Amino acid sequence: MVKDLRTKVELCGIEMDNPVMAASGTFGYGYEYAELFEINVLGSFSFKGTTLEPRFGNPTPRIAECNEGLINSIGLQNPGVEKVIEEELPKLANCLHKKVMANIGGFSIEEYAEVSRRLDGCDQIGWLEINVSCPNVHDGGIAFGTDPEAAASVVRAVKEVATKPVIVKLSPNVTDIVAIAKACEKAGADGIALINTMLGMRIDLKTKKPVIANKMGGFSGPAIFPVAVRMVYQVYEAVDIPVIGIGGISKAEDVIEMMLAGATAVQVGAANLVDPYVCKKIVEDLPRVMDKYGITNLEEIIGGAH
Amino acid sequence: MKDIRFTIISNKKIADKTYKMVLGCEDNGHGVINPGQFVNIRLDGFYLRRPISVCDWNEETLTIIYKTVGRGTEYMSGLKEGEKLDILTPLGNGYDTAKCGQNPILIGGGAGVPPMYGLCKELKKEGKNPTVVLGFNSEKEVFYIDEFKALGADVKIATADGSVGIKGFVTDALKELSGYDHICACGPEPMLKAIDNTADENIEGHFSFEERMGCGFGACMGCSCETKYGNKRICKDGPVLERSEIIW
Repeated sequence: MVKDLRTKVELCGIEMDNPVMAASGTFGYGYEYAELFEINVLGSFSFKGTTLEPRFGNPTPRIAECNEGLINSIGLQNPGVEKVIEEELPKLANCLHKKVMANIGGFSIEEYAEVSRRLDGCDQIGWLEINVSCPNVHDGGIAFGTDPEAAASVVRAVKEVATKPVIVKLSPNVTDIVAIAKACEKAGADGIALINTMLGMRIDLKTKKPVIANKMGGFSGPAIFPVAVRMVYQVYEAVDIPVIGIGGISKAEDVIEMMLAGATAVQVGAANLVDPYVCKKIVEDLPRVMDKYGITNLEEIIGGAH
Repeated sequence: MKDIRFTIISNKKIADKTYKMVLGCEDNGHGVINPGQFVNIRLDGFYLRRPISVCDWNEETLTIIYKTVGRGTEYMSGLKEGEKLDILTPLGNGYDTAKCGQNPILIGGGAGVPPMYGLCKELKKEGKNPTVVLGFNSEKEVFYIDEFKALGADVKIATADGSVGIKGFVTDALKELSGYDHICACGPEPMLKAIDNTADENIEGHFSFEERMGCGFGACMGCSCETKYGNKRICKDGPVLERSEIIW
């Protein structure tokens, strides 16, 4: 594997070969993609949102197609933190030889803290990504991500038990994302990841009912890219901690645009579901696109649009 | 699973809202080994791929039969021979013919008929004696009867309006059959459930399910279902489930 030193970035003290990560919920626990391509070409990835107990998630249909995107309502299906540590992470260790990002879901402050505490003890985990923005579960997730004080209290509880960098993944379904990002920073967050999916709905003209069993779900894909770029731009301006740009990224040009807005690293989500090789293609294409736009070093362009 | 460029060799209407597409493989091979497996087709202008079950295959070609049920499949029906398609293949487990008995009944309803053709062909190759039951709404939707007969299978037909074969559902045809040792079925879930209620409860079976999918290869958890053996993904751990594990 040839490494291009020009694409190196540092995220909360951990060096990455490039800023390209796969987003949580689109890459499982990694090992299934390792059958398709060498996943060590990625900067890293964020694994499937993990909760304290196993969860089946929401009823099906969970998926609805949209123009340039899709709505999902998975509902945090995962095997629970114990099984993740005992079964999923050892399988991942066989194929990923760099730090992975742990995505943590929860329904109470205590649950976020407990799952974080357990995953913090795993060597192969580099960062804890706290998901306070899942739109598909009630009484948890997004309830903590729509209020600055609630988000801050989750961050404080996780920081108390964590030794690894704590990144908070924020929802775009709020009036003022900057206020929430600032509250998280003040509470001790080491980074901000944004954006999670946007709350959306499709209605089937034949049945005249919502396509998704849970009626609403999270909208993602290229259609939300401009919203994500705008919010990354706003948050970058307001905080001094690193920002991870997420939302509709599907090509190397999008990575550069997101970094110009202020992202230190990026996550590719929905695009993995239509092209399982897309992350590899983006990583391979980055040097060419950098050359095209006269960029000699990716780290130098972070926030360059400001 | 591989991402392969196929060339459309033919794309023809064979019944009402029903099209048969033969796809030629340019490189690597399509990888399909079991009947009941499916492919996921990328279409220009549509974000998600379209999962379509494989009807038949040989080394160089794949045959799919699809119904025009929405904008994506309508777009597909307009594609011309020579055009290229980007396809993920093979997907899903398919039927394990070694577990399908000596005298199985194969039941296909509507868009669930095509995978039964590939299954019937494989079982015949292995010297087994499948009986085929096909269900359609009416005569104008009927397809592939002659092709099944050419395989040497005993074919029963049921139509909801009685225009061909027995008037009624596949379960009405099933009630008249005996002496079978396995059931394979593919079609809408209410049909599968009715088959489960009708068939001898001591007989094992394999049922192929449909679900709205995100990725089609096991990554997104969009098509999960609960079974007696734990959570399964229809796209990756299915679409074929054992009769005994299904929670209706």
